[in-house]
This record gives sequence, structure tokens and C-alpha cells, in this order.
Amino acid sequence: MLTQKEYQKIVDKHSGKSPIIKDTLRAFFVGGLICTLGEIFRKTYLSAGLGKDMAGSATAITLIFIASVLTAFGIFDRIGKYAGAGTLVPITGFSNAVTSPAMEFKSEGMVPGTATKIFTVAGPVIVYGTLSSVIAGIIYILFMR
Amino acid sequence: MKNLGNGTVVFDKRPSVLSFSAVVGKKEGDGPYGKYFDEVEEDAYFGQETWEKAESENLRRSVGLTLKKGGFKAEDIDFSLSGDLLNQCTSSGYALRSLGIPFLGIYGACSTMAESMLLGSLILGGGGGKRILCATSSNFCSAEKQFRTPLEYGGQRTPNAQWTVTGSGSVVLGHEGDGPFIDCVTCGKIVDMGIKDIGNMGAAMAPAFTDTIKKHFDATGRDFSYYDLVISGDLGLIGKSIAEELFQRDKIDTLGKYNDCGALIFDKKTQDTHAGGSGCGCAASMLCGYILPEMRKGNLRRVLFAATGALMSPTSTMQGESIPSISHAISLEA
Repeated sequence: MLTQKEYQKIVDKHSGKSPIIKDTLRAFFVGGLICTLGEIFRKTYLSAGLGKDMAGSATAITLIFIASVLTAFGIFDRIGKYAGAGTLVPITGFSNAVTSPAMEFKSEGMVPGTATKIFTVAGPVIVYGTLSSVIAGIIYILFMR
Repeated sequence: MKNLGNGTVVFDKRPSVLSFSAVVGKKEGDGPYGKYFDEVEEDAYFGQETWEKAESENLRRSVGLTLKKGGFKAEDIDFSLSGDLLNQCTSSGYALRSLGIPFLGIYGACSTMAESMLLGSLILGGGGGKRILCATSSNFCSAEKQFRTPLEYGGQRTPNAQWTVTGSGSVVLGHEGDGPFIDCVTCGKIVDMGIKDIGNMGAAMAPAFTDTIKKHFDATGRDFSYYDLVISGDLGLIGKSIAEELFQRDKIDTLGKYNDCGALIFDKKTQDTHAGGSGCGCAASMLCGYILPEMRKGNLRRVLFAATGALMSPTSTMQGESIPSISHAISLEA
């Protein structure tokens, strides 16, 4: 009889591996491109007279808006398929992660569908993002102020 | 009929496949077997508003077409056996609600086509009816929604991932007619080799398939030389090569007669389907669109059809459970 360990070895032998170098390069270039785009927006907002903080927020809002619209038109998932972490890691990925379930579960209604399921993908980012900022804040108050 | 042990039942009065049809989506129609399917629907929604309704409509159309091709009315059918991947098998429930045929909903994940035919032939063999409808469906979009991430989510699929077939197959079994005939069936047992990666379903299901085939051969005294084709349901390209290695380890010579519906239904190079097709509709549409018609034409004489299913749920996966798998075999003779 084949043990589970022996079987796992057979499975590993036949299974494909993700092309890490190709994926990494694509993520690097597309991710870099998105960040460059963000920087262009930021500089534009600064030159339009927005303060440093406001310009940063406006840049984030602009990128979120663009990613959300691209998601709605069915374009973002194609870019994401090509770029992987390149679109996932910047704020564009967060935007897509919120917009896509909102669209997907629209068929179950605006309350039980869209509103309930909207954070199914991005929920953990919000929960643990909030939690880590609280921890970081406590450390700052206790040791660094 | 007689139970030979090992889950295998042989029929003295062989159930006949009276009528069958396969209705699939556009991507399946564009695949290498596109021209074999009865109908290819270009609209991903099948004219409906939701993916779930689209799948149900797909199944309803296949059932309607199978009845029509056989010249049957709903009242000619004694029982309908159908299942699918959606929670509580709603695709089947809604598709069959207007027909008024006594209905048994079944769940065998992607092994459902074989499971429904196995149960249908046992009902016929036991004298429980004259005509049985067996059907199943799957839909790429409704399956992604239930089991994976939203359609518009911009993630990457792993190289071992399979593509859920949008399609439905259905058959009417009975005693009259010219076949193909079901001469024997083997009910598989649940096999779990500890695979937890839901991105590699072929690997989870391959041992269930080889186990059922071995039990079938043990019970009947047959081997690959008896059949023109032994075909698994949706192991895909990776699961298929694993199954081949498992046969090799058990010193079973496949004589080049083994293949897999999931490995055949799409063209990996042009259709970007990674490890191939999956879903209840994969085995069902290949059986009803390609295998059964080829048997009628005389191009295939004996076929062992073994659909394969993975019996996990999104919840069991999140709880860290491995994937229990199953495969049932239907021996078909022209």
C-alpha cells in the first residue's frame, strides 16, 4: 500500500510549479508602473496646490477609483492575471478585492449580497491592518514619544 | 443482476442508453471536441440573469433535448436522478421542477454522471422502473463564485488549477433500444490520500479512480485489453499522468487505452486552461457528446467510463481537511 507521504512525492513529481522568475519580473515592472503613475498623480496634485498629506490621499483615491472602474469593465482581472502581485500589492489590488465581490454577489441583492459580501476578500486586510496599526500606535506611545 | 463483490454489479438484462445529449458553453464549443456537442450556447448567461440560473437553464435544455431526441414525454420517465456542484444541488432542483418526473437529487461532486447512471441502472435492474433520466451540470462562473474567488478578482491561477466546464449532459436509460448497453457497474469507495491543495484536484482524485478501476478488474476478471477506452472524468493533465504512474506501480498495463475527459475537452495551448477541464459537466458532456455517439457509430465498442469527484467543501477546506475523493465506473458496450 502506498502511504500518504509516498503519494505526495508522486504528486510533486507530476505537478507544475509557478514560473517564479517570470512572475516576479512582471510583478516588478507592472507594480513599478503603478507606483510611477501614483507619483505622477501626487506631483500633479502638489503642483495644483494641495498639501503633502492631501496630495497623498488624493493619489490613493485616484488609484482606487481607476482600479475599481477597470474591475467593473472586466479589464482589471486580465491585468491582474498578467501582473500577479504587481497589481495585488499596491492599493489597486485592495480596490479590486472590494469591487469584485460587490459585483459578484449583486445577484443576491444589495443588502444580503453586495453589502454583506463586499469585504469577503479584503476583510482580513482591514481587520489585521487595523489591529497592527493599533499595536504600532501603542508601541509608539510607550517607547518612542 | 448479480453482485460480484468489490462494489460491482453485473446485469443479466443490460440497461440500454436510449437517448442522450450534451449542451455546453462557448469555451467548450471552441475546444477540440466542440463539433461533437449537440448545442453550444454563445451567451455565458444562457439568457438568464444569474450564473446559478444559467447553469440550471443549461441543464434544463440538455434534459429537454434528451427527451426530445428519444421521442419521450416527461410522463414516460419513471425517475429522474440529477445532481450538480451548487449548494443543495439547486441547478438540478430548478431545472427539473417543471417536468413533474419523480426526482432524486444526488451528490457525487464531479462523479455525478456516473453515480446517476449507476443508480439508474440498479433501479432498472431491480425492476423499479422502465425509463430513468440521469443528468448533471456544471458552470464555470457559478463554480468560481462558490468555490474560489469572484470572477473579476485579479488573481493568478496556479499551473495545476483546472477549468470548470460549462456544460450539461443527460441520458435516458431503459430496457428497450439498441444501446449502447450498461453491462456492469462498479461503485467506488471514498479514497483520501491526504491531498489538501484545492488547486490540484486531479492529484486528490487520481487514487480514487485507479482504486475503482482495480476493483472493477478484480471483480470482473477483465483488464485494459477488454476495453477500447477507459476514461476518467476530470483528473485533468496532472491527475491523468499521476493515474498512469499509479497503474504502472501496480503493474497494470494500460495498453495506451487510458484517457481523461478533462485532459481532452480543452486545448491547453490556445485556451489557457492550465491542467484541463473539471466539473460535473466535463465528464457528462464528453460522455453524451462524444463517447456515446462514437459507440453508436461503431467506432468504440467497449468503454469503461469512470467519472471522478472530490467530496470537499469550501468550509472543510478552510478547516484544513484533506480532500476525500470518489470514482464510479460504468461499463458500456455497443
